[in-house]
Amino acid sequence: MEKFFHSVYLDDSLCRGCINCIKRCPTQAIRVQNGKARITSEFCIDCGECVRTCSYHAKKLRRDTLEILDQFDYTVALPAPSLYLQFHNLDDVNIVLTALLRLGFDDVYEVAAAAELVSAASRAYVQSHRESWPLISTACPSVVRLIRVRFPNLVERLLPLKPPVEVAAELARERAVKRTGLPGHRIGVIFLSPCPAKVTYARDPLGVERSHLDGVLAIKDLYPLLLEQMKQVRSDPQALAAAGRAGVSWGISGGESGGMESESYLAADGIENVIRVLEEVEDDKLSHLQFIELDACDGGCVGGVLNVENPFVARAKLRALSARLPRSDRHLRPADPDSIAWTAPVRYEPVFRLGSSLKESIALARQVEELTAQFPGLDCGCCGAPSCRALAEDIVRGLASRHFCIHILRDHIHTLSDTCADMIADVVAKNQECSQERIQALAGQLDQLNTEIAMMDVGHRPAACAVPAAQEEGGDVYDPA
Amino acid sequence: MDDSLVLEYDVPGDDFTRAGEASSATKATLKRLGLPADIIRRVSIVMYEGEINMVIHADGGKATVTVSPDAVTMVLKDTGPGIPDVDKAMQAGWSTASGAARDLGFGAGMGLPNMKKWSDRMTIDTAVGVGTTVTAVIDL
Repeated sequence: MEKFFHSVYLDDSLCRGCINCIKRCPTQAIRVQNGKARITSEFCIDCGECVRTCSYHAKKLRRDTLEILDQFDYTVALPAPSLYLQFHNLDDVNIVLTALLRLGFDDVYEVAAAAELVSAASRAYVQSHRESWPLISTACPSVVRLIRVRFPNLVERLLPLKPPVEVAAELARERAVKRTGLPGHRIGVIFLSPCPAKVTYARDPLGVERSHLDGVLAIKDLYPLLLEQMKQVRSDPQALAAAGRAGVSWGISGGESGGMESESYLAADGIENVIRVLEEVEDDKLSHLQFIELDACDGGCVGGVLNVENPFVARAKLRALSARLPRSDRHLRPADPDSIAWTAPVRYEPVFRLGSSLKESIALARQVEELTAQFPGLDCGCCGAPSCRALAEDIVRGLASRHFCIHILRDHIHTLSDTCADMIADVVAKNQECSQERIQALAGQLDQLNTEIAMMDVGHRPAACAVPAAQEEGGDVYDPA
Repeated sequence: MDDSLVLEYDVPGDDFTRAGEASSATKATLKRLGLPADIIRRVSIVMYEGEINMVIHADGGKATVTVSPDAVTMVLKDTGPGIPDVDKAMQAGWSTASGAARDLGFGAGMGLPNMKKWSDRMTIDTAVGVGTTVTAVIDL
């Protein structure tokens, strides 16, 4: 297992070195260095904000393709609840499920059905753990990763239950083994995901040692193929659906809370809102609530970047579809609560710590404060860091220098050029012969000046803030005449 | 002190929505130091209560946080009305907060008692008409 595996990566050829992604990243994990964005693996929580914000589509997402089905003797598709909310006028979930079989899967297991089991286990856990109120939902892997690196106080409030997708994967495999008699490893359990966080989860899960997921496909990749198949089966789909409204509603923000059957909850969506709520939980301001549902994406899972439909339209579709669904699943027997509990606790990862000891961290934090005070406080991003403070931290971590700040650099260039001018003026004024020593001193200053001017060029910093490299002699020069 | 970090914040007096900025900033810095979760929690509660007190009662003030390898010391200094009866102010539920503050959910009379509860040591230096300085220490 790779501790900091991520599904988000950068296509260098598409990155133009703008500063949109560094500004949006909730953990300040991205820097633009040498004109290209770089993601700091330890800080990234796979929320997909940078994918959403990049105008040039330079942030790419790893995921599997349908070819993965060939690696197994028997395959089960695990559709996320949000999959159903991508289609216009869908009045029967069975149409989607039957279309999945026609795409080559041998079986389907709805994550929405497993969600109903998780709801039952969540209700029991929350009611028997009053001392930990408010408990925080763990269904969104980005939220759990965010808490793991940024909210050490809240790790103990995480609801220690497997997310619906993991429960679905276990039950799907169990059922497939029973039906086919095949060994578990010949069965491929494949999730159809709305987001990159779940792609990462399959490789690097939270709360369990190893995930039962064998692969993850993106909803948007399957969408056109599914549409084609759905046309064929629309009139006579197989009766495969097991989940009800309660489970399917997990696809939107507030759906999970609905399953808690209590009014004492809060549901927040969108990563910035999630952070605001977590700050308040940390300060003990929400201790009157039992449960907090948090989704990193706007609108909940329907806001994931691997979806097709916009989250608000998807929510409207849920309303229409819900009217045709039973309240909750009637086919599944209640799961053993122990089978839903986490088996590997999530622990705080102090990735933002400055030093290795408190003493060292204090000394470095002092430097951060001193440096931050020297910077202009514009948070312009021209250094490649999202804020002046972030640059100060990069400097004390040994990853940047003061001259990354274009304002400090410009001031220094002025000083250097003034010094050069003074040296020349001095020689002229005294009308004396220029000594070898003076020439060397002047050459040194000019050399330094050149180096610093070059630091303003493209290639050293975000392209938007860089001065285009000097024209070669004889090249095209703009001539207003 | 050479081996400590000093953080200073101005707490505005007229804006409830900004109360908590100093405690948030402090919290963020303490996380960079890698202090234990429990300590960060206690510091942020004490800071927040202290900030709210200055907003409600004293038209703002100054918060100074000093982090040394042994302790986190918070000094919350204002030039407000002062506390006429410190013993009463320390009683849970006793409050002189205005109706407006109570309407916003503040003024439950738990500010100072809570600060004391989460600190290892706390002193209140106050004079009517001059101001109040609360010093709260959490040992590391």
